[in-house]
Amino acid sequence: MAGIVLIVIIVLIGIWLIGMYNRLVGLRNQTQNGWRQIDVQLKRRHDLIPNLVETVKGAMEFEKGTLTAVMDARAKAMGAAGPADASRKEGELSQALGRLLAVAENYPQLKSNENVKMLQEELSATENKIGFARQFYNDIATKFNIACQSFPSNLFASAFGFTAAELFQIQDDADRQVPKVDLSLGKS
Amino acid sequence: MNLFEQQAANRHRTWLVMALFIAFFAIVGAGVDLFILGGGQGYFPVATLLALAFGGGRAWWSLRFGDRAVLGSAEAQPLEECLSRATDDDARLRYRQFQNVVEEMAIAAGIPAPAPYVIPDDDPNAFATGRDPAHASIAVTEGLLRTLNREELQGVVAHEMGHVRNLDIRLMMVVAALVGGILLLADWSTRAMRFGGGRVRVRRDRDSGAVGLVVLIVWLVAIVLAPLIGQLLALAVSRRREYQADATGAELTRNPLALANALEKIDDAVAPTTTIKRGTAHLCIADPLGKKVNDTESVWANLWATHPPMAQRIAALKEMALVH
Repeated sequence: MAGIVLIVIIVLIGIWLIGMYNRLVGLRNQTQNGWRQIDVQLKRRHDLIPNLVETVKGAMEFEKGTLTAVMDARAKAMGAAGPADASRKEGELSQALGRLLAVAENYPQLKSNENVKMLQEELSATENKIGFARQFYNDIATKFNIACQSFPSNLFASAFGFTAAELFQIQDDADRQVPKVDLSLGKS
Repeated sequence: MNLFEQQAANRHRTWLVMALFIAFFAIVGAGVDLFILGGGQGYFPVATLLALAFGGGRAWWSLRFGDRAVLGSAEAQPLEECLSRATDDDARLRYRQFQNVVEEMAIAAGIPAPAPYVIPDDDPNAFATGRDPAHASIAVTEGLLRTLNREELQGVVAHEMGHVRNLDIRLMMVVAALVGGILLLADWSTRAMRFGGGRVRVRRDRDSGAVGLVVLIVWLVAIVLAPLIGQLLALAVSRRREYQADATGAELTRNPLALANALEKIDDAVAPTTTIKRGTAHLCIADPLGKKVNDTESVWANLWATHPPMAQRIAALKEMALVH
């Protein structure tokens, strides 16, 4: 009798371990997938910027500094090494872009240009996607971290090689201000 | 309820609705066998088997192709077609913006981007359909794209993305496809009863007796009540979900006020959405039929409204904005 009880308990613990392991694997894969999604969107932003700069260059003859600042920030962001570095440099790129779009507001011929409007839409969509990809990554990474660190799964998480994922953090106060892109397009 | 429980509950309810639907067909078929074709010794139940096959086939079809039926009945067109057809730049920008917003919210929800559709109707409305997030579609009216700004559109799409992620779309699609089938059947059966009315009494002989009479009554009640039951089912599944989808939408955008503003604008547009038919009303973000019952909160109104009162939804969202 005692033997049967023991076997049942061991089987139950085994099932629980398998379930916990699979849950951790699932969360880790989702977390990694979330991370890749951010990269995809950052890459897309890097591809879009030269188009924007090319389109507004003619009209913004006097704003050379703003334009080169954007291109410089883009080059730096593309050459960033490691998540922390990338996070900071991408933040700087966001700010440079925000300034460019704000300055572009002063040029009526740009505001009414369909190409510029379309590019602005693409750019702000990419900004949003980066933001939402980070939000999703942070949400899922937090879930993964909770699973890794809470009792009793924490007893086995490190043994199975699961380490807590790093979360995105906003670098400084200027970064908290998302660049405001006007998309009212003339309607109220 | 967390996400996983919601998905599981929706899966179960979908099976339950399909099972009820098939059982209903079986009862109708059995009724035909017993009272019209005569159910004597050694009789082969043709009508029951035919009804089972039809009900099962119809249920399978509704799960597999229900989204196309729903999109087709709302005259929704794929966004790519609208984009390639659009001649003026503003329209192209609106379509492109809609596509981007769908992609953004899909990223926020962590699911594949649903296929975007546009309904040529000037009244602002939107719905989502499909059997799972990988086979989902989100349709909005032209009026919605024109009325809302980008943030508000984001709120509406996030609400629909909530339906997609929670698997509400599967249950609501199956109900939409099956309620249409029941309404059709009720029409047929009333015609069949009129046609075979004389024979019903003749065939009720010794071996059926009292039990047969009870089955006959159940059968008649089922046929009379079918449209009503179907309609109530369609109503009941959608109301609580709207609050949940509003909450999910706010969670995805972290901006409950944008959705609240969007709902206010949708509510202000008085014209009913004409392209969206009665059978698909429960899928939409706002009741396309513009029924007044949605505005009051009595038991009777609760029974008949497909959507919770707009004022309460907006109030709930504004409360969320205060908490955040």
